Amino acid sequence: MLAHSFFFYIFSFIAIFSAIMVTVSKNTVHSVFFLILDFISISCLFIMIGAEFLGMIMLIVYVGAVAVLFLFVVMMLNVAQQKKQWFSSIGSSKHIPIGVLISVIIFFELIIVIGGWKFKPNVSSSLMLSPNIGISNTHSIGNVLYTDYIHLFQLSGMILLVAMIGAIVLTFRKRLGLKKQNYFSQISRERSDSVELKDVPTNKGVDLDG
Amino acid sequence: MVDIGLGHYLTLGAIIFSIGIAGIFLNRKNIIVVLMSVELILLAVNINLVSFSIFLNDLAGQVFTLFILTVAAAEAAIGLAIIVVYYRNTSNIDVEEIQTLKG
Repeated sequence: MLAHSFFFYIFSFIAIFSAIMVTVSKNTVHSVFFLILDFISISCLFIMIGAEFLGMIMLIVYVGAVAVLFLFVVMMLNVAQQKKQWFSSIGSSKHIPIGVLISVIIFFELIIVIGGWKFKPNVSSSLMLSPNIGISNTHSIGNVLYTDYIHLFQLSGMILLVAMIGAIVLTFRKRLGLKKQNYFSQISRERSDSVELKDVPTNKGVDLDG
Repeated sequence: MVDIGLGHYLTLGAIIFSIGIAGIFLNRKNIIVVLMSVELILLAVNINLVSFSIFLNDLAGQVFTLFILTVAAAEAAIGLAIIVVYYRNTSNIDVEEIQTLKG
């Protein structure tokens, strides 16, 4: 129990520190790296608490796909180095107190809700989807994901498909002046289209225009 | 302090959620950081769902976390595509300069 609390505090402090660094970092590449650190520490927390499948999926999806996508876009757009820091920017001084005030209010509301929250001790026995003892977390998630939640699962696959098509359609553009191969016209080219035999009389030359 | 319960995880989620909200409001230069703050908010929601799911012995929270993960990935892809198209048109993605909608 002591080791559990020790590692909980380590990972949560790393997560909170890197979340703060994501928002205040001057260089956007650094904030992407801190985002990756945040995801890794939170997935360590998930693995520690017993949701190992979700921890590994978070590593794969967030660190392997989403953060790398952010990194690609940041490096492609050449906006990595901000000219001014966010707190010294013109016209942003009136946003800072409002933003801090709203986030502090939301934080205290959440703390009040958490502090006043209680549940009946027998609530977990009345729930339908309690995990079986003896099978792993991945096995039990698979048991409910492919039976009770199969329609939602397929709908989430459709969401991913629509997002993929949308991203391709948004960023696709036809480039003018780009040389491309046209296989059909290349293959269907005949000898008579391009080569012409001419009789060249002696000492006369060839009339090319005719 | 030593006994880690549900309240600790919920407090961690609340802190990260508030940091994400503050990041959306404070950042006035780069819209990519705003997208990253939205990812932080979704991460805080995932922490809440997973901790409730573990401490109440109910797997539905973890299944919902999988769906939130899907939606977050789709949202990041579409948002970054929109940002790339916008940058191609105006060659700048400062939040202060985006005034096309007069918002």
